[in-house]
Amino acid sequence: METRSKNPEGTPYKTEDLRSGAIPYTEDSLEAWYRWSLGKYLGKYLEGLKEGKIYGRKCNNCERIYVPPREVCHHCFRTTDEWVEVGDTGRVNTAVVSYISADRGRVEEPIIIAVIELEGASPGIGILHRLGKVSPEDVKSMKIFGKRVRAVWRPPEERTGSVNDILYFEPIEEV
Amino acid sequence: MKMNIYRKSRVACVGAGLTLFRRRLMETSDELMWLAARQALDEAGLTIEDIDCIVFGTAPDNFDGIHMQSEALADGAGAVNKPYTRVYVGGGTGVFSVIAGWWHVASGLCDRVLVIAEEKMSHVQPHPQYLFHHIFDPVTEKPLGVNLIWIFALEMHRYMYKYGIKKEDIALVSVKNKRNALDHPSAQVAAKITVEDVLNSEVLVWPVQRLDISPVSDGAGALVLVSESEAKKLTDEPIWIDGVGWSLDTMYWTNRDLAFPVYLYYAGKMAYEMAGIENPRKEIDFAEVYDPFDYKELHHMEGLQLARKGEAPILTREGVTERDGDLPINPSGGLLGVGNPIAAAGIMKVAEVYWQLRGMAGKRQVKKDVVTGLAQAWGDLMQVGTVVIMRR
Repeated sequence: METRSKNPEGTPYKTEDLRSGAIPYTEDSLEAWYRWSLGKYLGKYLEGLKEGKIYGRKCNNCERIYVPPREVCHHCFRTTDEWVEVGDTGRVNTAVVSYISADRGRVEEPIIIAVIELEGASPGIGILHRLGKVSPEDVKSMKIFGKRVRAVWRPPEERTGSVNDILYFEPIEEV
Repeated sequence: MKMNIYRKSRVACVGAGLTLFRRRLMETSDELMWLAARQALDEAGLTIEDIDCIVFGTAPDNFDGIHMQSEALADGAGAVNKPYTRVYVGGGTGVFSVIAGWWHVASGLCDRVLVIAEEKMSHVQPHPQYLFHHIFDPVTEKPLGVNLIWIFALEMHRYMYKYGIKKEDIALVSVKNKRNALDHPSAQVAAKITVEDVLNSEVLVWPVQRLDISPVSDGAGALVLVSESEAKKLTDEPIWIDGVGWSLDTMYWTNRDLAFPVYLYYAGKMAYEMAGIENPRKEIDFAEVYDPFDYKELHHMEGLQLARKGEAPILTREGVTERDGDLPINPSGGLLGVGNPIAAAGIMKVAEVYWQLRGMAGKRQVKKDVVTGLAQAWGDLMQVGTVVIMRR
């Protein structure tokens, strides 16, 4: 059976075609400003970070401790019961070396990014953050996987109540 | 979940259409949709007057910069003055739009549905990747400068760590799919490459390199789905959609098992149960598995129970997933070869299963005789699985 699917349509162009005027186009940009209220849980999470503490929430039904803290235990679909201060130490679940920024441009110094399972939170409950004093080679060889790390905090006067109040996590055992 | 399956009608696919997939296409989004819709309707032997309702899929609104995307594109969808629905689950949208089309017919609500999906990513400057910065949590993750490639790299590396998988084995997926795509007329990045080419390509976020990833694309795709009675009037070779499934994991992706896609296990289980499939590895003849990254094809094969945990790279190395293998995976060339206009890429996968089952895939036709095929997509914050099972 012969179908049009053998001859897909569409007209490709290159960015040069825009400059030369061969392809007409127009430009605009969107600007939007948001102010997020943080609700009952994230507000305290950020307040804790400002004080050098990491808070989670515990569900007394399944005993899971969640970070970041949240209203609902999605396993039990009930309100979590209590605040728990977890450690600022943990183990590296996975790590990568980024050579690009959010807009896909190259960065000068590679950034090491990891998921860190915090001690005091339930197994498998990790957060996203940077690693410091770790070489790209330690990531590529996977030697950093499973290693213990600790948060390096900004000085108290520089903290703003943000995940960036932690500068990075650094190894506290040999990699 | 206990399934309570009540279908008023079996659902058939009777036509498919695709545009070219390219980094930049001159046509507007609705112009591309029209091109795809016209092909699908022609193949089905129908006109827009015959269509009862339209289901539309597109991924983030931001790509077109208009925050009422379905309304803006209603004309190109053929939806004016008809029941019209948009569905959205990120990268899973293309296959999910087929699922939504299926339920319109299976429920008895409609006899003939046009399912259409488009993505035009080229609008966004300086690079479409930047928009993905805005899918993350603004409190806990965005301030870290997170991008989409970071989180896929984190998942890939965890998967490699857990099962001792080498980058060389993962690169074989990219080599296979780009080669398969040489026979796909819509293909954007078909190529004959080697494992070394992948391993020598630009490192973006280790372990992810340039040739591990599908490209940014413009494109559209469309399918015509009809009820059993209509299918018998239109063709002697209807292709049936006998199972659909979808499932979503928690938004807190750093709290998940990154080595195994649980969301897809559940989505697959739902679709298999509906289609009466007990042993997927034996009963699925070939599959279009979602492959925006090469490791994802392997990860998803395992989530779909087409391979045991950690086994997909071995099957790939042994040639099982080649077009002439025992379990061909992505005979189309996948997103890695044909391209990734997000929602339209999902339609491309379902269209490939449809064309393969009808024996219309030309040079892409898999060697073995095929009766049952599966198409799958994945999306949102690495958290949704969408699955369609088709039979001739």
